[in-house]
Amino acid sequence: MEVFLQTLVAGVLKGGLYALIGLGMTLIMGVMGIINLAHGQFMMVAMYITYALFHFFGLDPYTTLIISMPSLFLLGVLIQKYLLNPLMKVESILPENQVLMTVGIAMVLTEIARFIFSSNYLSVRTSYSSSAFYVGGISFSVALTVAFGFTCFLTISLFWFLIKTDLGRSIRAVSQDSEAAELMGIDSGRIKVITMGIGAGLVAAAGTLLLPIYYLFPDIGGPFTRKAFIITILGGLGSTVGAIFGGLTLGLAESFGATYIGMDFEDLVGLVIFLLVLLFIPGGFRRFTKV
Amino acid sequence: MKRPSGPFLLLGLLLILPLMLRDAYYQHLMILVLMWVAIGSGWNLISGFTGQVLFGAAAFFGFGAYTAALLSSKLGVSAWWGLPLGGILSVAIAFPFGWICFRLRGPYFALATLALNEIFRHVATIWESLTDGMIGILVMQTFISKLPYYYVALAIAILSIVTVDLVMRSRWGYYFVSIREDQDAAESMGIDTLYYKMLSLCISAFLIGIAGALYTNYMGFIDPKVVFSLHEISIMAILVGIVGGVGTIYGPLVGAFIMVAVQEIFRTGGFGVLHFIGQSTGWPFMSGVIKYVSEAHVLSFGILVIVVILFLPNGIVGDWSLIRKSLFKSKKPAV
Repeated sequence: MEVFLQTLVAGVLKGGLYALIGLGMTLIMGVMGIINLAHGQFMMVAMYITYALFHFFGLDPYTTLIISMPSLFLLGVLIQKYLLNPLMKVESILPENQVLMTVGIAMVLTEIARFIFSSNYLSVRTSYSSSAFYVGGISFSVALTVAFGFTCFLTISLFWFLIKTDLGRSIRAVSQDSEAAELMGIDSGRIKVITMGIGAGLVAAAGTLLLPIYYLFPDIGGPFTRKAFIITILGGLGSTVGAIFGGLTLGLAESFGATYIGMDFEDLVGLVIFLLVLLFIPGGFRRFTKV
Repeated sequence: MKRPSGPFLLLGLLLILPLMLRDAYYQHLMILVLMWVAIGSGWNLISGFTGQVLFGAAAFFGFGAYTAALLSSKLGVSAWWGLPLGGILSVAIAFPFGWICFRLRGPYFALATLALNEIFRHVATIWESLTDGMIGILVMQTFISKLPYYYVALAIAILSIVTVDLVMRSRWGYYFVSIREDQDAAESMGIDTLYYKMLSLCISAFLIGIAGALYTNYMGFIDPKVVFSLHEISIMAILVGIVGGVGTIYGPLVGAFIMVAVQEIFRTGGFGVLHFIGQSTGWPFMSGVIKYVSEAHVLSFGILVIVVILFLPNGIVGDWSLIRKSLFKSKKPAV
């Protein structure tokens, strides 16, 4: 029973971070209608920013959020403005060329990171990296708990932003029907640019929060991109509430898979769930949430 | 009807090329190009012509490669039997996969193929009793000379181009293109879209599977990281397709040539030119430059994707008239 509870807690905490990764992806998916396959690489860039600030200026990883999030917002804005938006005017046979473009961006980001930091594994060691506190015999990693709390805060802020502000409403409008939104006087090109920035900023937060308990190397983006799209598919593409459930599901599935099947199977479990969801509940958990 | 002579000239050139290029290194590159022609043609049939983007070409490639390797390591049969069997077993994988996943459309299908690729890679890594996991499988090469491999690769490349050409000239080809252009319209015209998408996927898987088996026979060593690699196989297949020309018969040929050339130029530092400069001038920083350039081939792929998609969305063959117009504008006034 103790093992079960411990696995459950670990899964939920990890799922919180996954939800944050998935939220950015699903926003981008909803507004742009494309899967951003450079999502994990955005996270990798944010992690390197955090690492550099920690290493050279001695900043606490959590403080670097105020730098990593805006810089990734800027990166997302630039990429959308100069690389992805121009593609909408290009005539091509393959409709997926924006997705292929994000693959190219992902490769470039990874290789630039490799140029600057080499392929070595890096990590940020802080006093709270490996510390934990106990509640009734169940251990809670301090860093993961902080990350979970921050994720909740960011998620609530995001929902407030999407529901209450004009800009947020415009984003939802473009997401629901881009052409109708344009007829209502919304500049959908600008909304796309902003959405990409927000998505990148959210995943940057996830990267920075994860760094104290994780390690870092240039290829780390790929696995997280895959996780992000698994989460997005689980939640139903474009559904923000779904992404939270998708993240939690993936976190729990990986955690239980690692405990009860074997560490090797951690990644495989996620992929199998992904295929099962595609087959049996296409549209993901969105079906159950109606949001 | 006048038959175009271009393909036959090209074929003749390819037949005598290895006899002129005696250097084993260039023969090796030509074999790689021909292998990529087969993979690129397979990719192009399902993605370029039928419009169902295959993100996980490595799933079929690796499956073909492992079929050939396991035949030799577990059953003691010659790995050459992997050529037909690898293709057939890849189809056997493609069949249930397509039957299940062709309910998904557009990016969903692309992601499902990516997941298939990842699942195979994990299985090949974990199932150590069968595949030896990350240790990989060693297969004895049959020939020391590269010539036999070259002609086998050439035969496979010709097979794939001729297959795609024949299919696209037939009734099937029109069905495939109609599915790409508008699946709902095709369905309402009475085309069984699931059936024809399956057909397209199976032919693709067959060609890619054969290429995988060829890889095992030629390289003599495979491991899950190489043959199920997302970057080096799946993405490379997409690149070969889009650089050469999506939805063109000869696009993969051009794409394969360019991609292998780009890869090798970076990997060898401009075919040793940088090394030569470094040695003759004695600049100490040249060794650093060579190291960076040799690591930069993935970066160059990424930049190539971005540039090609932005400026040549239909690839070199597909946009050839456009390229010609801008290159020779001064000579010929636009009509």
